Amino acid sequence: MEGTKTNKIRYLSIGLFVIVIAIMPLVARSRYYVTIGNFIGIYGIVAMGLALLIGYAGQVSMAQAAFYGIGAYTSAILTTQVGLNPWLTMVAGAILSAGVAGIIGVPLLKLEGHVLAVATLALSIVVSTFFVELRPLTGGYDGIGGIPRLSVGGFMLKADFHYYYLIWAFLFFLFILSHNIVHSRVGRALRSIHRFSGGSEMGAESLGISPTKYKVQIFMLSAAYASIAGSLYAHWVTFINPDPFGIFISILMLIMVTIGGMGSLWGAIIGSCLVFLSGELFREMVPRLIPGASGEMEMIAYGLILILILLFMPRGLVSAPALFKSWAAKATRKASG
Amino acid sequence: MANAEQNSVAVHAQQKIRPSGSDSLELREVSKAFGGLIAVHQVSFVIHPGEIVALIGPNGSGKTTIFNLISGFLSPTHGEIWFEERNLKGLPAHRITSLGIGRTFQNLQVFTNMSVVENVMAGRHLRSKAGLLRTAFRLPPTQVEEKGIFEAALGKLAMVGLETESFTPPLSLPYGKQKLLEIARALATEPKLLLMDEPAGGLSTQEIEDLARLICLIQDRGITVLLVEHRMELAMGIADRVVVLNFGEKIAEGTPDEVQANEQVITAYLGEEF
Amino acid sequence: MTSFDQLLQFIIGGVSTGSIYVIVGLGFMIIYSVTRVVNFAQGEFVMLGAMLTVSFYKAGSPLGIAILISIAFTTLIGILFYQTIIYPIRGAPAFALILVTFGASIVIRGVALLIWGTGPKHLPYFSRTNPIQISGAILNPQALWVMVTTAVMAIGLFLFFRYTVLGKAFMASAIDAFLASLMGIKTERMGLLAFGLSACLAALAGSVMAPFTFPSTSIGLYLSVKGFTAALIGGLNRIEGVIVGGLALGVLEALGAGFLSSGYKDAIALTILLIVLTFRRHGLLGGAEAGQV
Repeated sequence: MEGTKTNKIRYLSIGLFVIVIAIMPLVARSRYYVTIGNFIGIYGIVAMGLALLIGYAGQVSMAQAAFYGIGAYTSAILTTQVGLNPWLTMVAGAILSAGVAGIIGVPLLKLEGHVLAVATLALSIVVSTFFVELRPLTGGYDGIGGIPRLSVGGFMLKADFHYYYLIWAFLFFLFILSHNIVHSRVGRALRSIHRFSGGSEMGAESLGISPTKYKVQIFMLSAAYASIAGSLYAHWVTFINPDPFGIFISILMLIMVTIGGMGSLWGAIIGSCLVFLSGELFREMVPRLIPGASGEMEMIAYGLILILILLFMPRGLVSAPALFKSWAAKATRKASG
Repeated sequence: MANAEQNSVAVHAQQKIRPSGSDSLELREVSKAFGGLIAVHQVSFVIHPGEIVALIGPNGSGKTTIFNLISGFLSPTHGEIWFEERNLKGLPAHRITSLGIGRTFQNLQVFTNMSVVENVMAGRHLRSKAGLLRTAFRLPPTQVEEKGIFEAALGKLAMVGLETESFTPPLSLPYGKQKLLEIARALATEPKLLLMDEPAGGLSTQEIEDLARLICLIQDRGITVLLVEHRMELAMGIADRVVVLNFGEKIAEGTPDEVQANEQVITAYLGEEF
Repeated sequence: MTSFDQLLQFIIGGVSTGSIYVIVGLGFMIIYSVTRVVNFAQGEFVMLGAMLTVSFYKAGSPLGIAILISIAFTTLIGILFYQTIIYPIRGAPAFALILVTFGASIVIRGVALLIWGTGPKHLPYFSRTNPIQISGAILNPQALWVMVTTAVMAIGLFLFFRYTVLGKAFMASAIDAFLASLMGIKTERMGLLAFGLSACLAALAGSVMAPFTFPSTSIGLYLSVKGFTAALIGGLNRIEGVIVGGLALGVLEALGAGFLSSGYKDAIALTILLIVLTFRRHGLLGGAEAGQV
């Protein structure tokens, strides 16, 4: 249905991307870069789910970190305390996260956009509190250690670069799943309800599409994605505590998706890359420029970036080529007459 | 009122079937108030299967409100709406569509974020069932269903004469064709009753003639049609029966000829193009 | 302390924190009703008010002047926020507006962290009376200041919206912005007024509560969420509702913290929020019909 030329370019760039990802650890030969690659991949998975939610359901969720945490803790608890197979715990975490999303989603997604944002903010705080307070289960501030590794076949994944390939394999797999969903009956239904990009909820309802049903489904999906990422994280680092699952990560996710472009799966991955890399850069450079300042400057920078992107490039970086084209066209028009 | 135009439209309407029988849609004393403003007051009428009924009235007489009440976007303050022996009370709009009522909109609600054929494919939503998990994994039955959806959509586009524009973005179509797109999309839901809200709005005389032909074709397919219309040549030309509203109340009902001769109707329209 | 006294103590504590939630909630309500924006930065305005008052006081100005300067400053920031960020993208979809106010709240918090660090701040009590004894429970006189301020604010707002020309124009914009503009009311000015007024109230709240809550730069987020809860319970358009919502929230929180564990304090408020939202059927504005054409 689309031009074969664009298809060729698309397949080429995907192929290129896959190759780059695949050879990175062999080229970089450094644990540091592999670790960064792992984080980008993990956050990329969460961001993809969020991108679908914002881009197709038009809803903002501040709770991705909470679902990320639920996935991590479910894996941690069920493997260390109950002795379940790690893969099973990943599934359990995804089901639990999706369940929670479904329960709060059904009543809330009937209402307007901002409701979910505030509710997920509240959820984030509630879940963080539980991670800290339920000491017998979660170990409180001390967290849970000794989380077993994942095994594929008989092979136990131990090294960072093992997890690198696993995480990115998961990311590509989920990318393909998301892509299938977008280009399907469900994807059409989602696009039809999304006013911002040209859909119409009224029009969709007149076709028998229930906006609430699909918003809830996508919300649950995004929760499941975040949860899977959390489980992968837990089995990789083998030790978790409440720290990485707070509001700050949710904010980070939002920034990744906003920068990359809402509704764009590529954008989510690019956003994850950019945000994480620039975060690292920041942490390196800022203490040298402004002694003593670190966390605050990061915060300010992220907030400013968020605002600036929304003001000037609300469709995110993936829209940059299109924006550039129209800017260039305007410029040439002005120049020629 | 240009009788020549009415006649030419009526010519197309000649081979229509005129069934009688049980009720398709029934409004019972339906009222709708917005705070202190009464938009619709105790309106009752009945539509029989296979009919084309026109709902007419001066501006502000409550026609679109009634449409929104029937299709479920508003709920009546008083009264009930029944469709095929079923009370529509409390049902959300998408549920009402699944019962067999489709509609088009006065202000186009075309999905501009997908192509023409995808719009109509979206209309096949109720006639397909692939859910989130099945589409995610692209299981073979889903592929087959998707193909079926595509072909059905093309069929509906052919019916309204848009099949050559299938892959165009809707916004680049002229207004009249976008209206046809909405009709094709609504038809894709295989409705039993089709509500058309001012389908002739903004159309040229030729386009209105084509539209009249299309609506009669729709009727031939066994679909009941209720249309709200300002352009009298269309409403009077193809309708089997006409219901007239004024200030939210029904003031007349009958065949086009009966209604045109009605004193109250003439008074209501005094000063308006008739 | 008898259990009645204990209960009374919790209720008193709850009413005083609840009053703060009411003020934050009123700020949300004012902004939301006119601009349909959920201002995530509302809590940060409260924090700013508190911080600025403390700084000006420490710099040597008398308490009253410090409060006034702080309010003026914060109001200015609120107005600037509206002019430079909200107004340009006012047509954007809901999620963009939410994210923008969220981004702003992060920036404000970051800057505040730079300037004031993380420690709690101290401000002297406004009046030097001893704790007031009510039966077996103690009421901090500063808390009384907060409650009185809240009451004055609520009454003032009520009178303003009911009886002044500007206030009535504001209400008209809140009910239907399009119609209001047809009648000649400049809706951009209303947005400006909304943000300015909310920032002003927030700063006052921050200043009044500072002496007994020892605010730090991180209080903004929690205040925002709780204030929004209060506003929501009140349907985001009724002053009386916000008052009930805020006080109820404060009391429930205090009771919960007292009888369960204090770690769960925030979780309680938020669970309430989730429950309230769950049972709200008609959109954020209570009584408004969803899906109108």
